Amino acid sequence: MNSDSGLKHRSLYTVVSIIVLVILAILFAFPLYWIITGAFKTNASINATTPDWFPKEWVMDNFRKLFSKQSAPLWELAVPFSSKFTADGNPLIFTAGPVVPAAIRWLVNTVFMAVMAMILTCITSAMAGYALAKKRFRGRAMLFTLIVCAMALPKQVILIPLLREMSSLSLYNTIWAVIFPTVGWPFGVFLMKQFSEGVPGEMLEAARIDGAGEAKTFIEIVVPMIKPGVGALAIFTFITSWNDYFMQLIMLNSTSKLTISLGIAKLQAENSTDFGLIMAGASLAAIPIITVFIIFQKYFTQGIAMGAVKG
Amino acid sequence: MAKSSVATGRSKALVRRETRSAYLFLLPNLIFFVGFVVIPMILCVYTSFFDSTMGKDVEDVFIGLKNYTELWQDPIFLRALKNTFVIVLVSVPAVCIFSLWVSALIYRMKGVVLSTFRCVFYLPVVTGSVAVTVVWKWMFNNYYGIFNYVGKGLGVVENNINWLGDERFALWCIILILFTTSVGQPIVLYVSALGNVDTSLVEASEVDGANNIQKFWKIKWPLIMPTTLYILVITTINSFQCFALIQLLTSGGPNHSTDTVMYYIYYSAFKLYRYGYGNAMGVVLAIFIALLSAVQFKLAKEK
Repeated sequence: MNSDSGLKHRSLYTVVSIIVLVILAILFAFPLYWIITGAFKTNASINATTPDWFPKEWVMDNFRKLFSKQSAPLWELAVPFSSKFTADGNPLIFTAGPVVPAAIRWLVNTVFMAVMAMILTCITSAMAGYALAKKRFRGRAMLFTLIVCAMALPKQVILIPLLREMSSLSLYNTIWAVIFPTVGWPFGVFLMKQFSEGVPGEMLEAARIDGAGEAKTFIEIVVPMIKPGVGALAIFTFITSWNDYFMQLIMLNSTSKLTISLGIAKLQAENSTDFGLIMAGASLAAIPIITVFIIFQKYFTQGIAMGAVKG
Repeated sequence: MAKSSVATGRSKALVRRETRSAYLFLLPNLIFFVGFVVIPMILCVYTSFFDSTMGKDVEDVFIGLKNYTELWQDPIFLRALKNTFVIVLVSVPAVCIFSLWVSALIYRMKGVVLSTFRCVFYLPVVTGSVAVTVVWKWMFNNYYGIFNYVGKGLGVVENNINWLGDERFALWCIILILFTTSVGQPIVLYVSALGNVDTSLVEASEVDGANNIQKFWKIKWPLIMPTTLYILVITTINSFQCFALIQLLTSGGPNHSTDTVMYYIYYSAFKLYRYGYGNAMGVVLAIFIALLSAVQFKLAKEK
């Protein structure tokens, strides 16, 4: 044990650090605060040279302006690869719902993209991760090496060839062009493999002896045991896919197909100094994803930590 | 279940069955992984040896290493490479040290306080690069931005500074934003690593009379080394890929002072339509990242 003065010295250091930490936390949260309050400020308040730290009056003008811009049907979905089978070579497109402002449509597109990427990633990665962890088969070592190498490479360097591939598959400028590469990204398989290692081999053996088939064993024994991992992967994929701006930028271009991130970028390019309008768009993009994050925070942080510790 | 060298006919059949069922489980993922990751990677390397420009009538022409030799004579690329290294060399150590400091302070706090702090530092990551970028653009604005206002209030800034339009400041503004969006994940990782340190080791060192500094560097630091390594690698990769910030804030300007390799790849491929040249840059970038990761692994292993 240290002497009394040492203890005092330490607590002084701790108190100072905590104060600094709280100030830093406020600074980190500030941009988000500025987005949300900015969205509700009047034009005069936004363009004031002395900033209003808190909106004097809350107005909906910015949102009204955002929602008055271009309209599109609420729901439109091209069936992937359908253009190869239709007579006129155009893809099959489903449209539904009333005509809504483009910003709402961007939000719908983004939710669809993130949810679809999440579902496909979770299912395919859980299956593949289980096979890699629990099955001994030819080519296993090679495949695993390939996955680890692919993970270490920057995703963006493959975007140019990916774009050409997508246009030759007639997927360019459809939401699938963003979803499919996200599903293929091997991080999920890697994470699921780490979790599947924890499933005891005896349980699988016992199931086999009881006469359960491969599919039944996987669904009834493996899936319940790797559930926390699947939860972490789901939320992780949802957030990264929502925020993967570069991929969306390259694959999508027509106004009705944009995601919310692209939409704001477009707003910014067209009205570079209308900060109120841009903040309204930014809060529309940020609030849903932050809400999702806060609700599932526990799974998410556990998941990244577990993936890293085991990997 | 190790493969025995004296495999009988029965176990061979078993291996075959196991292999078949394994590939059935792998198939859905392999379609996406091979189709949209592996094939583009191969195509990326392949096209980098061609003069592939969109809008030309002729087919791609094989030009060997010409794209690569051109790179080293391209002053914009060299500047972009230099900027990329400045970003990596500043932001990676800063992110690691800062996140370690924050985690060491918060990891013993109570559940709610801990998750609040963790959440706050993770917020800029979740908010999304575009939303974060547009608000920073406003804050850095010449006339309406709070940076100039606060700077003048504190007496640091005399006249309004055009932060993003000034070669002296633009890159540092980018690094600052990149920093705020990079510390979230390392903090989550460090908090969990520090929480997993075996308390009996720490208590034993206390009995031996170790002070706080010794306890940290002699006991905890070696134990969290794998986490540090992982953080170094992911932060390096993220810093190399810095793109959205640049595209939305400065488009590489003023005078290429904020060009990074990632942005220049985008510019060459999608503004100049020189796919082959862009791919060659992608290959060079991937090699740099692979080399740096290998060096980091080696250094960490030696320790």
